[in-house]
Amino acid sequence: MLPILQIGPLAIQLPGLLLLAGVWLGTNAVDRQAARLDLPIPTLQKLVLLALAAGVVGARLGYAARYLDVYLEDPTGLISLQPAALSPSAGLLTGIIAGWIFGQRKQLPFWRTMDALSPGLAVFSVFLGISHMASGDAFGSPTSVPWAINLWGELRHPSQVYETLAAGLVLIAILHAGRMSTGTGATFLVWVALASFSRLFLEAFRGDSLLLPGGIRIAQVVALVVLVAAEAMAHRQAAASSRNSSEATPM
Amino acid sequence: MRPMLSWFQITFRWRMLMTATLLVGSGWIAVSKDPFSSMTAGRIPSPRQGFSAPGFTLEELEGEVVSLSDLRGQVVVINFWASWCPPCREEMPALERVYREMRSEGVELLAVNTTYQDSLTEARSFVERYDLTFPILVDAEGEAARRYQLRALPSTFFVDADGVIRKVVIGGPMSEATIRTAVAELLDERR
Repeated sequence: MLPILQIGPLAIQLPGLLLLAGVWLGTNAVDRQAARLDLPIPTLQKLVLLALAAGVVGARLGYAARYLDVYLEDPTGLISLQPAALSPSAGLLTGIIAGWIFGQRKQLPFWRTMDALSPGLAVFSVFLGISHMASGDAFGSPTSVPWAINLWGELRHPSQVYETLAAGLVLIAILHAGRMSTGTGATFLVWVALASFSRLFLEAFRGDSLLLPGGIRIAQVVALVVLVAAEAMAHRQAAASSRNSSEATPM
Repeated sequence: MRPMLSWFQITFRWRMLMTATLLVGSGWIAVSKDPFSSMTAGRIPSPRQGFSAPGFTLEELEGEVVSLSDLRGQVVVINFWASWCPPCREEMPALERVYREMRSEGVELLAVNTTYQDSLTEARSFVERYDLTFPILVDAEGEAARRYQLRALPSTFFVDADGVIRKVVIGGPMSEATIRTAVAELLDERR
């Protein structure tokens, strides 16, 4: 755990910096995959940038909407650089919607674009894990396994390490799949399936899960639904692409 | 060539995979249920969201002794500051405004001066300059700072009526809206 890196008089918030590094390297990975799939790189860069910007704005607006009276009285609070006043779910939603609208406007082919974005998502996930290592967030449940770490006053599963290792394996798989990609959406669906599978598995070792009544971890239920949906989409895409290829066969 | 998708073309294989996923997935979810259905739920004191706020007893500038544990039942904002810290100066007026307005609703604000790295005279004149009315605690030995693993100034902890830390803001300045919404959320819950 090293939340704040002190370089002389400079206090750097390491977790945030790691996330930025993830965005940066992730965007590079998107560029490379876009070139491979013959997609316009500047357009994809704009897509990523726009989705990120819209995500941040949406996250703040989503938070402010819950306390409308406070922000109406003091609108300058809207632009304060306070990450605590953000609503992650609203941010994710607006980011996706903004990216979707932009993609439609620019007539980007959906599955090919998602395939190009996948390596970026996989790279970012690795950095998300490392950032959790730095901040101690997403911490593990108490345990007595020999590799337990002492965190927040108890011996716990090093869930951040599990998360990072899993994200690393997923990244290797995605870089491999990306090389064979033909823009049918296969790379993206592999990423969704692997990422949701790893969450489904690893959430069990977390000590901060949101719970449904009976102790069921919400994140696992969501991950399972997403995993099954990815498999269903893979089947659909496979059927569609076999139809296309048989049509495209020369007479 | 669609090497990755072709496997999925055969509907039977796909159905088997879906069924297997659902069975194994649900099984794993059931196995990994949280047995205590409470997670950390404030059982252990640690300076972190979701944990119980570490206790401290400190003297006020005026000499009165304040214990965090005496404030159970109230929403407590713990703000660590120093007179030489510019973002602390920035956010003090906002803290003061929120305190004056919401104090009567059951909010206490403890401004812990990190006296071990500040001077009492400076701290006093700071309090006078900004006309602060909330209790200023003197952390002469840095004990409270140690318990709250203080790494940056200012650092602010929002503690609910049960003594559980619900929000941590490291660094600043916080906007008035941030303070107000954090406090309002905890007050709403108490009602």
